[in-house]
Amino acid sequence: MSLNELTISAARDALRKGDTTAVELTEACLGAIEGAGALNAFVHHTPEIALEQARGADARIKAGDAPAMCGIPVGIKDLFCTRGVASQAASRILEGFRPEYESTVTQNLWDAGAVMLGKLNMDEFAMGSSNETACYGPVVNPWKVDDRRLTPGGSSGGSAAAVAADLCLAATGTDTGGSIRQPAAFAGIVGIKPTYGRVSRWGVVAFASSLDQAGPMTKSVRDAAIMLGAMASHDPKDSTSADLPVPDFEAALTGDIRGKKIGIPREYRMEGMPAEIEALWHKGAEMLKDAGAEIVEISLPHTKYALPAYYVIAPAEASSNLARYDGVRYGHRARLGQGDGITEMYEKTRAEGFGPEVQRRIMIGTYVLSAGFYDAYYNRARKVRALIKRDFDTVFAAGIDAILTPATPSSAFGLGEMANADPVEMYLNDVFTVTVNLAGLPGVSVPVGLDARGLPLGLQLIGRPWAEGDLLNHAHVLEQAAGFVAKPARWW
Amino acid sequence: MLDHLAYRTPEPKVIAGAKADWELVIGLEVHAQVASNAKLFSGASTTFGSEPNANVAFVDAAMPGMLPVINEFCVAQAVRTGLGLKAQINLTSAFDRKNYFYPDLPQGYQISQLYHPIVGEGEIIVDMGPGIARRVRIERIHLEQDAGKSIHDMDPNMSFVDLNRTGVALMEIVSRPDIRGPEEAAAYVGKLRQILRYLGTCDGNMQNGNLRCDVNVSICRPGAYEKFIETGDFSYLGIRCEIKNMNSMRFIQQAIDYEARRQIAIVEDGGAVVQETRLYDPDRGETRSMRSKEEAHDYRYFPCPDLLPLEIEQAWVDDIAATMPELPDAKKARFVADFGLTEYDAGVLTAEAENAAFFEAVAAGRDGKQAANWVINELFGRLNKQGLAIADSPVSAAQLGGVLDLIGAGEISGKIAKDLFEILWTEGGDPAQIVEARGMKQVTDTGAIETAVDAIIAANPAQVEKARANPKLAGWFTGQVLKATGGKANPAVVNEMVARKLGLGE
Repeated sequence: MSLNELTISAARDALRKGDTTAVELTEACLGAIEGAGALNAFVHHTPEIALEQARGADARIKAGDAPAMCGIPVGIKDLFCTRGVASQAASRILEGFRPEYESTVTQNLWDAGAVMLGKLNMDEFAMGSSNETACYGPVVNPWKVDDRRLTPGGSSGGSAAAVAADLCLAATGTDTGGSIRQPAAFAGIVGIKPTYGRVSRWGVVAFASSLDQAGPMTKSVRDAAIMLGAMASHDPKDSTSADLPVPDFEAALTGDIRGKKIGIPREYRMEGMPAEIEALWHKGAEMLKDAGAEIVEISLPHTKYALPAYYVIAPAEASSNLARYDGVRYGHRARLGQGDGITEMYEKTRAEGFGPEVQRRIMIGTYVLSAGFYDAYYNRARKVRALIKRDFDTVFAAGIDAILTPATPSSAFGLGEMANADPVEMYLNDVFTVTVNLAGLPGVSVPVGLDARGLPLGLQLIGRPWAEGDLLNHAHVLEQAAGFVAKPARWW
Repeated sequence: MLDHLAYRTPEPKVIAGAKADWELVIGLEVHAQVASNAKLFSGASTTFGSEPNANVAFVDAAMPGMLPVINEFCVAQAVRTGLGLKAQINLTSAFDRKNYFYPDLPQGYQISQLYHPIVGEGEIIVDMGPGIARRVRIERIHLEQDAGKSIHDMDPNMSFVDLNRTGVALMEIVSRPDIRGPEEAAAYVGKLRQILRYLGTCDGNMQNGNLRCDVNVSICRPGAYEKFIETGDFSYLGIRCEIKNMNSMRFIQQAIDYEARRQIAIVEDGGAVVQETRLYDPDRGETRSMRSKEEAHDYRYFPCPDLLPLEIEQAWVDDIAATMPELPDAKKARFVADFGLTEYDAGVLTAEAENAAFFEAVAAGRDGKQAANWVINELFGRLNKQGLAIADSPVSAAQLGGVLDLIGAGEISGKIAKDLFEILWTEGGDPAQIVEARGMKQVTDTGAIETAVDAIIAANPAQVEKARANPKLAGWFTGQVLKATGGKANPAVVNEMVARKLGLGE
């Protein structure tokens, strides 16, 4: 086994025992990245930073100061601002932008000793479910069927592909409507979106502020627990960050879920759901039952309104959040013609700088907030959001500990397959995941099996707010029972 | 203690049109820069006059991923202002985004409080002369960010942007349409400015743009306003126009007057006033349309998702209330009651808190009316002449008090006191010592006065004759004696002695 194939926990043990060094781990990953250009996962490479951080980590380990992530090489989604390193949210409009500040999440990781390998591809401004909206071109899923190139999902597609292909030990992702959990499922890895407010948004390029939350994408549930602990913190620079202590999530992985109540929401049994997904869901429930949990059918009656509400609220916030990309202070500015004024500068800059999906969402968002439509769309969507949250509050109050659902309606689909489809078809990818963002809950995607074509499928567990440890423990049990060990065959 | 003097309501201004009489209805939105060292959502400095773009935090420049964090001091200042205007303090308020594109608005939105302002209804009593005042209701005060400054005249092809002001905290103070004339509007701004300065929540510097206002003006026929007040039905009032961004009391009055006459002319001509935003051009003395309804912005307000609702506690508000200074109305009422001043003098003395404090220091333990006369006529007169603020006064309250003590003790006459004041102004020093050292003491020694009186009488027999025939002429002798004693003789003593020596009876 090469060093880059290690999990965080295995690498941590090896580093502490002196079996390997952070520099060796880092070099193994850098080598793997070099050979994986075909995946188009890493879009900005930072080997100098990586090796310098690795040497620093080795010194810390030697000195007996080895925090959780010390010496662990990771990839960072391009949405995170990293000081002095290109951070452009996979958008042309942020061409050449190198922030003079470090996001709280990445700073926390560096403080914990992690090593930055580079920046990872994603959908432009995290808007997409297939990583095809990136200005860098699409990411290719390391999993393959025949000769078809598949999507790793999105928006954290680069992160999912990089972790699945062992280019790094783990990666950061962000999740606004499923952008961690869906690609994790498509790539056969673990991804958790924590409770809204658990992880600071400071320094993460905003998509939809009331929904965005960063989280780890890892090779195991244990790794997710370790890395989430390093990423999370109360951050006074983010007013929506919760002033709560960060518990030891790894310590919560007892493997004991006896007596826990697992909810199976009947509204998630969608019409036309593939039998494979249905079977996987059933299998997951059986596994948890075998581990001593009680399986309870529950109702989350407003589920069907979640997707439309999400596709009002998220674009509304995005239309405002993306107004700052105007060509005045940083990033791309269009070349202006004779007599062009400020209006032309805005129009040309934004037309050139934003891709079609981002433009579509800005227009939707502008429309739903405009005079005369605000109540019909935005206000109604907020009310729906409150009802969806209440659905969850009700089942948790009734004693449900975690909710089990499919993570995605299908396995990974082919790149370009949705190119001519109605955009709403693409939005349906988020059908199982958006409710969690709307309600601000933690949700984790765990790989549980392969479909008939040999592609990974994941299940989602949804937990109580602020109970990520308990949620990860359920995920850990599911992971152990499923025994998912498949890896994509290397073709790249 | 009264918190304000009794007053009656002024008559509304009436403008005679070509066909009928018209009244004005005016409401103001005042933008007051919160006195604070740091901006509303960032730690950047608010110092005026810094190098362009020197006071800009990442969040002010709307760098990607940057987030606003509320400045608690600015919130306290808004609460203090609300308490000063006897307003409702909302323990829960919230911030909204007002979206529009402009280069000096880096975020592409202004963070403001549309739906849930921090301060609700209050009032301001606007003095229009002794015993006359207009009570103007305050609808709300909300906190919001200021924008930056676009500079178009530095280069023929380029515009520049200075973000120093971007994100500075403003309070928007919105009045009800209770103001009934141009003078009242200016007086309203003046009174509000005075209260803000007393509170220390805004320096009121209009020249720097730290206090500016939008003026809403409409016209109506006499009687219509009263119906509006009765019913709350705005249809009794005319269509209003909003004159933007005024920062001079004089221009406010001129603009309102022009705008009212413009509207009257339109309506009397059978036309209809169009609701719009206008700008006042002081050079041409007219208002002109800024943008029409078709070009009107749709600001797409929605709750700012980066900020949680702003929750404050009553105990915190109570703490602020406990540190409130005495405000102008109460101070004025107290000066009238305690020092026996006229409302006019009390008004002059309380215009600025520093002036009032100076007066009180002078008046403490002395005659209030006399202290007021000296402070207003001698001190303020002299300060005004030289363009000095009270803080720069060369004569301190203790020195002026010393002068009054010397007058009171009969040591110096009023005339000598003015000379003494002049010496204190130019040279400084202790009043009593100066009087002693320079022999300025009033002569009350009857022996010395008698010698002088005798000498004058002896030297002017003809005048003595005349005065005995016509006692009114005795004043001539008094004048001569005062002249001979260099003004130091006590005039009352001289008068009495002259009369006695000339045998003019008691």
